Amino acid sequence: MKQLGYGILIGISLVAPFVFPEFRTQLSFLWVMVIFALTWDILGGQMGYNSFGNVLFVGVGMYACAVVQRDMGLDYFSSLFIGVLVAGGLAVALALVVGNALLDLRGHYFAIGTLGLGVAAGEIAGGWDFIGAGSGMVPPLYPGPLDSRDLFFYFQLFAVAVVLFSTLRWLYGGRFGLALNAIRDDEDKAEALGIYTTRYKTAAWCLAALFLGVTGGLLGNVIGFIDPKDVAFAGSTFGVWMIIMVITGGKGTLWGPVLGAVVFHVTQELFWTFLFGWQRVALGLLIIAIAVLFPQGILGWVREHWPKDADTMGQAKSDSQR
Amino acid sequence: MSEILLSVRGATKSFGGVVANQDISLNVAAGEIVGLIGPNGSGKTTLFSSIVGYHPVDAGSIVFGDKEITHLRVPQIARLGLHRTFQQTRIFVGMSCVQNMQISAPLSQSKGPASLFAPFPVEATEKLEYLLAFVGLYEKRSLSGGELSFGQQKLLEFAMALMSESRLLLLDEPTAGINPTLIDYIVNRLRTANDEFGVTLLVIEHNMHVIMNLAQRIYCLAHGHKLAEGSPKDIQDNPKVIDAYLGAT
Amino acid sequence: MSIPVLSNLNLLFDQPILLVDLVANGFMIGAIFALAAFGMALVWGVMNIINIAQGEFVMLGGFVTLFLMEAGMPAVISVPLAVAVLFIVGGGFYYLVIDRVVDRDMFSSVLATFGISILLSQLSNQFFGADVRTVDPGLGTWLLADGMVSLPWVKLIAFILTLVIGVGLWLFLKSSRLGQAIRATAQNPRAARVLGINTRRVYALTYSLNAALCGAAGGLVVMAWAIHPYMGLPYTVRSFMVVIVAGLGNLPGVVLAGLGLGAAENLAGFILGAEFQIAFVFCLMILVLVWRNMMLKRKRKYLK
Ligand SMILES: Nc1ncnc2c1ncn2[C@@H]1O[C@H](COP(=O)(O)OP(=O)(O)OP(=O)(O)O)[C@@H](O)[C@H]1O
Ligand SMILES: [Mg+2]
Repeated sequence: MKQLGYGILIGISLVAPFVFPEFRTQLSFLWVMVIFALTWDILGGQMGYNSFGNVLFVGVGMYACAVVQRDMGLDYFSSLFIGVLVAGGLAVALALVVGNALLDLRGHYFAIGTLGLGVAAGEIAGGWDFIGAGSGMVPPLYPGPLDSRDLFFYFQLFAVAVVLFSTLRWLYGGRFGLALNAIRDDEDKAEALGIYTTRYKTAAWCLAALFLGVTGGLLGNVIGFIDPKDVAFAGSTFGVWMIIMVITGGKGTLWGPVLGAVVFHVTQELFWTFLFGWQRVALGLLIIAIAVLFPQGILGWVREHWPKDADTMGQAKSDSQR
Repeated sequence: MSEILLSVRGATKSFGGVVANQDISLNVAAGEIVGLIGPNGSGKTTLFSSIVGYHPVDAGSIVFGDKEITHLRVPQIARLGLHRTFQQTRIFVGMSCVQNMQISAPLSQSKGPASLFAPFPVEATEKLEYLLAFVGLYEKRSLSGGELSFGQQKLLEFAMALMSESRLLLLDEPTAGINPTLIDYIVNRLRTANDEFGVTLLVIEHNMHVIMNLAQRIYCLAHGHKLAEGSPKDIQDNPKVIDAYLGAT
Repeated sequence: MSIPVLSNLNLLFDQPILLVDLVANGFMIGAIFALAAFGMALVWGVMNIINIAQGEFVMLGGFVTLFLMEAGMPAVISVPLAVAVLFIVGGGFYYLVIDRVVDRDMFSSVLATFGISILLSQLSNQFFGADVRTVDPGLGTWLLADGMVSLPWVKLIAFILTLVIGVGLWLFLKSSRLGQAIRATAQNPRAARVLGINTRRVYALTYSLNAALCGAAGGLVVMAWAIHPYMGLPYTVRSFMVVIVAGLGNLPGVVLAGLGLGAAENLAGFILGAEFQIAFVFCLMILVLVWRNMMLKRKRKYLK
């Protein structure tokens, strides 16, 4: 039954770009959103560490990949491949270094510390000539027709999303997921039981950083232009979207972030263009509305009304209790 | 008396101006049940926190088994098999009873980063179910911690401690806020755990009836000092202890 | 990047009077940081909310003052009016938004005030445009040391006003009945409720008062420096930093920390280049947080 469901989903995802060729870019972005939401939820939902700065790793990935593509002097595909690896690696390295200091902070302090991190990165990138400072960078052009370019990146991002989802599904069903939940519920108690919480926290952040870095590397190429504040370290778009997608779908669940990403992305594609310059005003209103009225999210709401169904729908709980 | 498992020497701890523990020494031998009593605010919980590394002591040393643990951190000490329960009962409210128990299981011996992602050991499932049944929570096993009653949470916290293979368990008021029938049940479970699993217990308790029956030896604190120690009988007859309790109320 | 840094440092060593000028002007802006930080400490201490929209209130106060003065009103009327307007704005946001998250977990309130922050900055951008704006109250500049150190009078007035408001706030909290109600609520809301204090109104008042303080800060900023729709977040972060350095409930500490931050920032802006000044603010905030936490970690504690 479950296998069948996954099979159908994967089938649809594989044919979608061929059935709707005019929506290929939007479909690619759907996978980006899914990755953003799933990675945010690792800390924010499962572990209770609400980061406002995860966009840092996206930006670092974008720039790292673009610099490799610019400076290595290799052909397009080799440099993209190496660039994406470097992007992931650098993001993880950064998560290790920064995580060691920031993950000791709790509650408010972690939220604001990470917020500062994202903004600081954008500011520094905007003043750093090596990566184009305020005028940004342009990744090299894809050597081929636009059609195949879109398909190429669609499948790359799809693959990243699938790998991420499977990894998380596996991790949430085991000790790792339990430890993250324990940290969320009571970090001191978790330590009192002999759990080295720092290691779990750092590992969780590195995991998020890895996928965000890789995605960032690809995303820079999809967008075709890297600007420090509006693309790479775009706190008021990508950075916030990550959070509201997860809250919309349901924090701390496996399917909630996916659901939230789909709902948010579709809504955005349908209505955003009608708002003309008012998108970000609407975003502010949306954040307030979600924080005030709908903090439990779609899955949380479903669980309140139909407790049984929700559990089979995606809580890692059911997996680990087999 | 058999080998000494825990030895506290001259533990001193103050918070700002308040001296919560002053030069406290005590011993717990393997297999014993030892009581720790004293009026409210006499420094019992503080001593527990010092022992498990929750905060550093100002002076003194703490030895567990043959290992000096004074400067170790909470999780390191816990991994040696020294655990505490909390006066305010702390469990993971968002996780089911089974998950609470699973996460309490000690990691397998393999070290290194891979152990973070280790799957849950299968053989532990049996033990987990046995222990949940042992504290009478087997029927409730898929409820989340937050859905349990206060008394049930206490039982779950106790089961979690047993799951984590404690050698020495520090229990902070295991019967506080529990109805009298359940108290007898908890006392019975504590004694059984001590008998069957060989867990050594150090128990803070305000209920004199309970502690006098449960403990083989008792320490009494007052105003951060060690006031007396001895068998339940000695303590009951000690005029200083009686004074301390009467004076405090 | 490193070459201008070195030459800027050299310049400072050659001309120490420049240092005096930078620090003195830094103190002046620092006083305004302290003003916004008073408000943040108040809301934080009483409601346990960190108001991310702090800087946007400052910005709004600036725009109100700007429009009033451009319409021909003098500063002595414009700034108090801005304070009044922001007081009402703060109350409005309290009843519409904050009231519903004040008793919830901290993430709800951070997210909600973050939403307010984005909403206000984007609305300002839509209505007022993204330009950097300022208004000259025409008070002139005080020149010292043969003109090597120049202090605009408006900055000095802002500086003095901050101290006056700080003392006023302290007196208000200390001795007025309302101030006592606020302090009681901060210590224990439940007990305050039992004593018949309407804590909801106390919260509303606290949040309004905070917005009003920010309004005053904004009125001074627009005259002494400049404002634009996206200035908010740095002001929020500065207030936050000042409060964690000073500690909650330490008004003199807030003033000192504010002044210190102003001076440090002005120096850093000169040495690193103006384009890195905001980056400096944010990095400094992270460093302060991490450093404070590390000090506590030695005692096996963490920032709470
Ligand atoms: N974290 C702390 N900060 C400041 N003072 C503390 C702290 N913890 C305990 N104290 C003080 O230390 C003294 C001893 O407290 P402790 O909790 O150890 O008492 P106790 O014996 O466990 O009391 P009870 O029986 O009421 O639980 C008290 O005066 C208390 O106020
Ligand atoms: Mg106690």
